[in-house]
Amino acid sequence: MTDLPRIDWPTLVVFMPLMGAMLAFVCPRQAAGLGLVAVLSTAAAVAALVLEVLAQGAVVTRLGNWGAPLGIDLRADGLSTLLLAMTAGVGIFVSLGALDSYAPMRADARTRRYFWPLWLLLLTGLNGAFLSTDIFNLYVMLEVIALAAVGLTVLSGRREAVRAGLEYMYASILGALLFLMGVGFVYLELGRLDFAGLIAAEPAPALTAAVALMIAGLLLKSALFPLHFWLPGAHANATAPASALLSGLVVKVSLYIFLRLTQYMPLPDELLVTLMGALGAAAILWGGIQALRAERLKLLVAWSTVVQIGLIFVAFARAGQLGLVESWKAAALLILAHAVAKAAMFLAAGRIKDEVGHDRIRDLDRSHIRPTLAQFTFALSAISLIGLPPSLGFAGKWMLMEGAMAAGYWHWIAVTMIGTLLSVAYFSRVLAGFLRFDRLRTPVGEHQGWALADAAPLILALSALGLGLAAAPILAFMEIGYPFGTTP
Amino acid sequence: MSSGMIFGLTGLAIFTIGLFGALVMVEPLRRVLALKLCSVGGGFMLVVAAWRAPPEVADPVPHALVITGIVVMISATAVALALIRRLHTLEHDSDD
Repeated sequence: MTDLPRIDWPTLVVFMPLMGAMLAFVCPRQAAGLGLVAVLSTAAAVAALVLEVLAQGAVVTRLGNWGAPLGIDLRADGLSTLLLAMTAGVGIFVSLGALDSYAPMRADARTRRYFWPLWLLLLTGLNGAFLSTDIFNLYVMLEVIALAAVGLTVLSGRREAVRAGLEYMYASILGALLFLMGVGFVYLELGRLDFAGLIAAEPAPALTAAVALMIAGLLLKSALFPLHFWLPGAHANATAPASALLSGLVVKVSLYIFLRLTQYMPLPDELLVTLMGALGAAAILWGGIQALRAERLKLLVAWSTVVQIGLIFVAFARAGQLGLVESWKAAALLILAHAVAKAAMFLAAGRIKDEVGHDRIRDLDRSHIRPTLAQFTFALSAISLIGLPPSLGFAGKWMLMEGAMAAGYWHWIAVTMIGTLLSVAYFSRVLAGFLRFDRLRTPVGEHQGWALADAAPLILALSALGLGLAAAPILAFMEIGYPFGTTP
Repeated sequence: MSSGMIFGLTGLAIFTIGLFGALVMVEPLRRVLALKLCSVGGGFMLVVAAWRAPPEVADPVPHALVITGIVVMISATAVALALIRRLHTLEHDSDD
């Protein structure tokens, strides 16, 4: 391994999708092929980065050799690399699913033309955000992601999609503005913007206010209750692969930045940590009730995202301020679990809608076409989102409850249990529709509605289930290079 | 009250007006304008604050942040306006 020429993987991981985006935009006829090549080669670079991090710990690249306070550093430690790998893995399968969803007979030329540049731009922003080490760079990446994500939301050009996209745009701009204000005030207080400078900072009220502004912006972008108003519309009205990307990956970035910020600047007050958990608990209850009331399949899946984001914040707050040293791992595990399972679920929901012709939950049991494989995929990802063993969702919830129990915070366990029951209830509404045949007057076409396109979501759902068995190595990997101060 | 204080408070007031508008307005165009106002107020505050320490020289870094913010805001506004136009067309076509 040592003889290999020293390739700068972090730089490649950011710039390869950017090049791909430009090429796919310039050559719209070859967009799908170019896009797939760019996604696969980015995934290969991420795999190489994973090996490098495993072998030698955190990898740091100083762009242009300027070095920290002034220049831009890219740093890949365990958590960053794990999220890069998550993005690459989910990205490959969503891209494969998109090949079918945006096939010439299903989508118009405009949709096919713009999906790939937007998705690759989104990938650039995601990878860049996971590797950034200063908060201003994070702001820029957030904006790149927001613009690409709004583009993906309105891709179909339908009226509801444009309206939801506009709502998303307002929330995004406002969130980014609050974040930028926070960044500015942090600079005025400290005179630097890199993470190393944040760690060294003395706690001060002005600094806390600045960080609170940044966190408010991030909460708006990650749609924590009561700032979730834009999410269900945007995620339910986008086309299926776009929804999978928005729900699986885009909301995770602001959650990741939130985790990072709290690693470097611990929340000054127990009350704030409890507030995060309380908002998460409210999201679980409200999202669960709305999911029970949803009439459309995709809307139900979108509300389930609101619930899962709430759960991630409960995991963050599970053991109070003192437990934060460990709690971020439970939150990160749930982020990973939700990304994989929700991408699979949105793709499966899109497949069901394509085959059945509608996605009204009430009429699913009256359809004589049963896309069995897509329904099976939906059920598998529901298992991970509900948190049944051996799925990754189970491992995450287990860690949440273990930590809460050890710290004696029983209320978080009660919230998690209620959330689990609610999710069983709302997913059962859909699964019951899949399994009922007595409302039909015509015979069911047994082998209708299978397609090669089911493979991508099925593999994702199976990995959401199987990765739970690998939870221990994943947790060990996450800790590489943590905390920030010990390695360069 | 120093002039810096007056400028800072003005920036804060503009930011608050914009924030209020962005949260309360219904008309899409007005909401975009409110968000613009919000960003102008925020940028103003940062530019004023950059003059703080020694009164002769301004710190260039907050200025760089504000310029980036302006560039980002321009493109975001353009996208929002394009979406509003598109929505307008779609709504008027379906009314006929």
